[in-house]
Amino acid sequence: MVRRHEAPSRSTPMHYDVAIIGAGMSGLAAGIRLAYFDKRVCILEKHYAYGGLNSYYTIDGRSFDVGLHAVTNFAPPNVRQAPLAKLCRQLRLTRDDFAMHPQRFSEIRFPGRTLRFSNDIAELTDEVAREFPHQKDAFQRLLTVVREYNDVRLDAKPLSARRVLRAHIDDPVLTEMLLCPLMYYGSAEEHDMDFTQFVTMFKSILLEGFARPVDGVRTIIKMLVRKYRSCGGKLRMQCGVDRINVKGGTVESIVLDSGEQITADVVFSSAGFHETMGMCSDHSQNVPDDPVGRISFVETIAVLDEHPHQLGHDAAIVFFNDSDVFDYAVPNELVDLRSGVICCPTNYEGHESVKDSLFRVTWLANYARWNSLDEVAYREAKASLLADFRRRGESVIPGFSPHIVYTDMFTPRTIQRFTGHANGAVYGSPRKRRDGRTRVENLFICGTDQGFLGIIGAMLSGVTIANLHVLSQA
Amino acid sequence: MGQQQVKEIILKIIETIAPDADLSDVKSDVRLRDQLDMDSMDFLDIVMELRKRYKVEVPKEDYMQLETLDSCAAYLAPKFEAVAAS
Ligand SMILES: Cc1cc2nc3c(=O)[nH]c(=O)nc-3n(C[C@H](O)[C@H](O)[C@H](O)COP(=O)(O)OP(=O)(O)OC[C@H]3O[C@@H](n4cnc5c(N)ncnc54)[C@H](O)[C@@H]3O)c2cc1C
Repeated sequence: MVRRHEAPSRSTPMHYDVAIIGAGMSGLAAGIRLAYFDKRVCILEKHYAYGGLNSYYTIDGRSFDVGLHAVTNFAPPNVRQAPLAKLCRQLRLTRDDFAMHPQRFSEIRFPGRTLRFSNDIAELTDEVAREFPHQKDAFQRLLTVVREYNDVRLDAKPLSARRVLRAHIDDPVLTEMLLCPLMYYGSAEEHDMDFTQFVTMFKSILLEGFARPVDGVRTIIKMLVRKYRSCGGKLRMQCGVDRINVKGGTVESIVLDSGEQITADVVFSSAGFHETMGMCSDHSQNVPDDPVGRISFVETIAVLDEHPHQLGHDAAIVFFNDSDVFDYAVPNELVDLRSGVICCPTNYEGHESVKDSLFRVTWLANYARWNSLDEVAYREAKASLLADFRRRGESVIPGFSPHIVYTDMFTPRTIQRFTGHANGAVYGSPRKRRDGRTRVENLFICGTDQGFLGIIGAMLSGVTIANLHVLSQA
Repeated sequence: MGQQQVKEIILKIIETIAPDADLSDVKSDVRLRDQLDMDSMDFLDIVMELRKRYKVEVPKEDYMQLETLDSCAAYLAPKFEAVAAS
């Protein structure tokens, strides 16, 4: 195929085989696939930084990740059908490119009970037998159901995870303890999750496990960008899409914030379903009954003067809940302090040499509340949350506060501002479009609202949509 | 192009897709899917690599012709010839 690289001009818009909205994990992965197979691809990213929901930033000479508590799906290299292995093959990458180090262990903490898990499911099985002796066999049966369930098919029927769990597990506390990490790391739905999504998260977190690159998510993003560029893909930063011109049910052109027009045979969008439909000029294409996602988080990050493990805290991730019932929902207040996630990146293996020792706590938060605050109230709310953060830190590391040397915080408002996801909804709409289709014939959704969530999930989503709608269409 | 050459090309392609796969003892008459634990995504990649590297097109309805190295060779050899002749 002959590549045309003419300069943009007002009269003849640049034309691509595929234009991709968003340089997050899904957009970059889709871009690599397509560019590798000689498609003319352009990724259009609104922000000046790539990575989207899982980006990174530097303040006062310190490096932070936006997301990345854990790269899930860390299956052993010989499991060839595991998502990570598939992804490596599809993107022509090796596991070494991800430079990941496994966790030692993580914990689910409820009042009076703790379940420790690692990248070896036997550890969790033993823990369940210890804390819930009567549920030992039931848990084994659940494991079999999960292992045998095909969660990657694109046409699964909706099914309540709580209903399936009730059929297997008699002790409601065990059910809540299992749902806690899985919902925190991947449920767009409140109160319950879809069983297919439950299985995906169960496999990726409890059967496969956690790992992390020493330098955090920037290792992965930079590697993806390098790969994409080396395949000939074009990446345009600070290049937001303002409008998608739809005519006769197909995309006719894309209009950038600058007014420049671009045309493409096919358009992928990782901006979210609602967000993307909102860009379409023809609003009859909008589907009003798709619920908008609401699950968002606030995260406080502290730099400590010592590594948490030197202070007696060894878990990479702790999922905590202060009662026997786990209430995963958008709180009425700014933040729901009753449950959350504590992440200590330096508790992963091989992280001893990392300069800044981070301690992060994530809570469920209410976007509308945060967004209604004026600047003064916003700063006050953050300051008040910092006090809650210290208390939470004390609960896992006695004498925590004096070790804090620096703090930063982001809220649902920050997430909305930097990624464009409505409501700062980290996991997008509860309704997923697994085949990526929209009512616009050549416009497809990838990433969050397609439904494969998380870092590995989002990349697989991009790959899947590229295969389904471009590469397998001769 | 000979059938042996086609088999070598297919193995080269599989090596690109899955550098970790053990290709030292691939049987010509056993399904690649079973021997090498390949899935439909991997088969799509064989097709895509054939197009990218050799301009050989395999339509969707013929994907099952790629089941074994033998069937690949039988099906693809004439296609390679046709491309070389054009
Ligand atoms: C705080 C936090 C912690 C997380 N922790 C983890 C974790 O530990 N492990 C894990 O696996 N996952 C984690 N995740 C989830 C993971 O980050 C996401 O699932 C994944 O990054 C989603 O990728 P995506 O490509 O679907 O979407 P996005 O990353 O949102 O990509 C969309 C991109 O589109 C761009 N865009 C939007 N509108 C436009 C427009 N109009 N024009 C041009 N560009 C536009 C955005 O700027 C963005 O870059 C976390 C997320 C958050 C927020």
